[in-house]
Amino acid sequence: MKSTKDIAALLDEPACEHNKKEKSGCAKPKPGASAGGCAFDGAQIALLPIADVAHIVHGPIACAGSSWDNRGTRSSGADLYRIGMTTDLTEQDIVMGRSEKRLFHAIKQAIDTYHPPAVFIYNTCVPALVGDDINAICKSAQERWGVPVVPIDSAGFYGTKNLGNRIAGDAMVNHVIGTRDPDPLPLTVQRAEIKIHDVNLIGEYNIAGEFWHVLPLFDELGLRILCTLSGDARFREVQTMHKAEVNMMVCSKAMVNVARKLQQQYGTPWFEGSYYGITDTSQSLRDFAKVLNDPDLTERTEALILREETRIQKALEPWKVRLKGKRVLLFTGGVKSWSVISALQDLGMVVVATGTKKSTEEDKARIRELMGEDTVMIDDGSPKALLKIVHDYKADILIAGGRNMYTALKAKVPFLDINQEREFGYEGYQGMLELVRQLALTIESPVWEAVRAPAPWKNRKVNNG
Amino acid sequence: MADILKRNKALSVNPLKASQPIGGSLATLGFNRAMPMLHGSQGCTAFAKVFFVRHFREPIPLQSTAMDQGSSVMGADENVREGILTIAEKSRPALITILTTGLAETQGADVHRNVREFREANPEFADVAVVAVNTPDFTGSVETGFALTLTEIIRALVPDAKEAGTYPGKRKRQVNVLVNYMLTPGDLEALRDIFEQFQLRPVFVPDISDSLDGCLTDEDFSPVTIGGTLVSEMATLGDALATVVIGPSLTKAAELLKQKTGVPTYALDHLYGLKANDALMSALAEISGHDVPERIERQRAQLQDAMLDTHFMLGQLRIAIAADADLLNAFVDQVQEMGAEVVAAVTSCNVPLLARIPVDSIKIGDLEDMEIIGKANKVQLVIGNSHAVDTAERLGTPILRAGFPLYDIIGGYQKTWIGYRGSRQTLFDLANLVINYSHEEIPVYRSIYSQKPASEITDYPLSCH
Repeated sequence: MKSTKDIAALLDEPACEHNKKEKSGCAKPKPGASAGGCAFDGAQIALLPIADVAHIVHGPIACAGSSWDNRGTRSSGADLYRIGMTTDLTEQDIVMGRSEKRLFHAIKQAIDTYHPPAVFIYNTCVPALVGDDINAICKSAQERWGVPVVPIDSAGFYGTKNLGNRIAGDAMVNHVIGTRDPDPLPLTVQRAEIKIHDVNLIGEYNIAGEFWHVLPLFDELGLRILCTLSGDARFREVQTMHKAEVNMMVCSKAMVNVARKLQQQYGTPWFEGSYYGITDTSQSLRDFAKVLNDPDLTERTEALILREETRIQKALEPWKVRLKGKRVLLFTGGVKSWSVISALQDLGMVVVATGTKKSTEEDKARIRELMGEDTVMIDDGSPKALLKIVHDYKADILIAGGRNMYTALKAKVPFLDINQEREFGYEGYQGMLELVRQLALTIESPVWEAVRAPAPWKNRKVNNG
Repeated sequence: MADILKRNKALSVNPLKASQPIGGSLATLGFNRAMPMLHGSQGCTAFAKVFFVRHFREPIPLQSTAMDQGSSVMGADENVREGILTIAEKSRPALITILTTGLAETQGADVHRNVREFREANPEFADVAVVAVNTPDFTGSVETGFALTLTEIIRALVPDAKEAGTYPGKRKRQVNVLVNYMLTPGDLEALRDIFEQFQLRPVFVPDISDSLDGCLTDEDFSPVTIGGTLVSEMATLGDALATVVIGPSLTKAAELLKQKTGVPTYALDHLYGLKANDALMSALAEISGHDVPERIERQRAQLQDAMLDTHFMLGQLRIAIAADADLLNAFVDQVQEMGAEVVAAVTSCNVPLLARIPVDSIKIGDLEDMEIIGKANKVQLVIGNSHAVDTAERLGTPILRAGFPLYDIIGGYQKTWIGYRGSRQTLFDLANLVINYSHEEIPVYRSIYSQKPASEITDYPLSCH
């Protein structure tokens, strides 16, 4: 179990803006009025996309049982991550102190059956509370079977989902990153005229495969992604992250500790960006060239941006006419707020209010920059408050996480799912086309009228015979 | 509204159409103790019988005048008279229909005269109703054959109000319900339940829910139908409160019934989707003088909720539909109500209804036409009968099986499509097909610089569709 000191250290994140003011994102959850996930949830979400690893949840069935295979992240090959694994602790295990032993055998079983390149162990509340020493178990299991076994000490009661993300990042930095050097570049992919740079993406989850909209551009520019932490990643890729020339934090501060520690330990610079929307996609590509300080790359990047923007603007033209002026209430966690705002503004839509519950001060500043000073920021994410704002500001659509979907639908309000469970990819230039399609699909759907209109017989009084 | 594209090729490939005598037989099979007899060669009956046996998975009473070489050339009057006599003698059914085929019509048969001759010669069978219908194979389809047969049965069996002394409303709860070929036994059961909730007693004409619903009876074998509309009941139609007609193909039958009885008619195109069922409930509230029952209101709200839940999958979905006109129209209405697009509409023959179906164009043709149009218009889902399963496979889309025949699933004949509940189930079925099959995923992209294990390229080949 982590000590209070360990947790305090994780919470104290110098690279996080929350440190400077009120810690709205890492604030204590309020009993009776709390809806977010726990640290285990956050850790699992952050690492599960590493596709070839055996992810074992050490705990009773509640933790894995309610959450496995519940993500939209996609892999280009390995699919071990889709297999749910848990020690499914029983009362006997806990009372008789057999849970460590069970974990040890569970690791063996996973290795024997699936031959993974590594095993990740997620600690949960009950074993943390009864005092299982998962660090020791992992260590001895690794020695015994010669496969890396990584402890991720992420008991739910340690804190929020956000903290869980950091615990996950911390585990990668401490146990995985730096344990292997990158493969030498094969001659076949080298091009005489350009220098190839090694980079990492942190906090990119390849939801619905959306990063595949962007990845070809990296290939074209000669940027080798050593690893995306953690969308479509492999264990052997995570191992090499220390050798990148630059890290990009994608759309989230959640694993900012990884970027900061890589900078501390290996001197790798990092920047923050997003691939939602045309403006942000272009900016992120520019930033790579800028940080890498390669004039040739800058030139090629600008040419690529010009080409892609021209292409996509043309494709978006007919959609923009349909969506222009439509009013959006955006309620998403953290950084996604500002990144999605710019995507929506690219389309000529009006963002009337945005959620900032998980946003940092810096995020909020960015939002003000994009939307103006008097922008409405929503901290109260209760369904009732959300719907009130939808009505008060005459929003045409609510964009939020899947959890709010049925709140919106029950209130007969058009809805777009922007969170990790969604089935559509919106990243990059190409992703904008999917975004507009989905926006138009729900906003223009005839079902709204059908469900809002009263039954035809309501207008007429019939005798009760 | 729709542009009707006539047949423009010599060869019909993968036909959609089934012939008029099939429809005529189906209408007949909805009467109690009935026997359809096809006037043609034995094969006409044998094929029709197999068609029904595969669809309903029931023994099907169906007879033949068994025209041979001699009678085909020299005249088959005797075959008709002998056929009627044989059936009358053997089973003394309540109703025999004589349905002509292509062979008989080409020969120039006059089945109406044959029936008169039989009547004169065999007064001992005056209690056996015999109805002759011209249903040549070379025009029309199941839909028109069904409608023609029903019209002739009404002409023969419903007495004129003046002569019989019937008057509308004499039976205070009875409502005549003329139903077209697309209502399944499951539909009729559900519809009966709806009528009864309004304290009404429906008399279905015909009623295949009582004869083809897959019910085990005490009798091991019956040469004629068991169950269905009582022929004796036809004399009471003039006493009903109202007549509800479902299906534009029954317009003529309904006009005739109105003309004979003076009972007011409520015509509905179909009972698929919210609007159509609102119209039904409004009509029933008006006829009965009762408010719409709470249970039905609740089912309406459930359908609305399902519309919201499924609009994400069905909105802008490109659908191909192959069906006879009434059914085509019903599905077009239901999927358009959800914001889906009908990009291929194919039907079997030209009928007045086609002109007002709200799609750009309707092709009169076959399943090959649907395949070609569907391919050109990038169809994502097919609605059609079991023959269209292979078509859908070639198009790479899922299929919702509907219409005639359904031979590759069990219980297709029993599915309930109508009412708020049936409509809701259709939406779920469609949405599930979309989720499970036709979700357009972002294609996997592999970076040329990727460090992923080399074995993955061979272990997980990229899908090629």
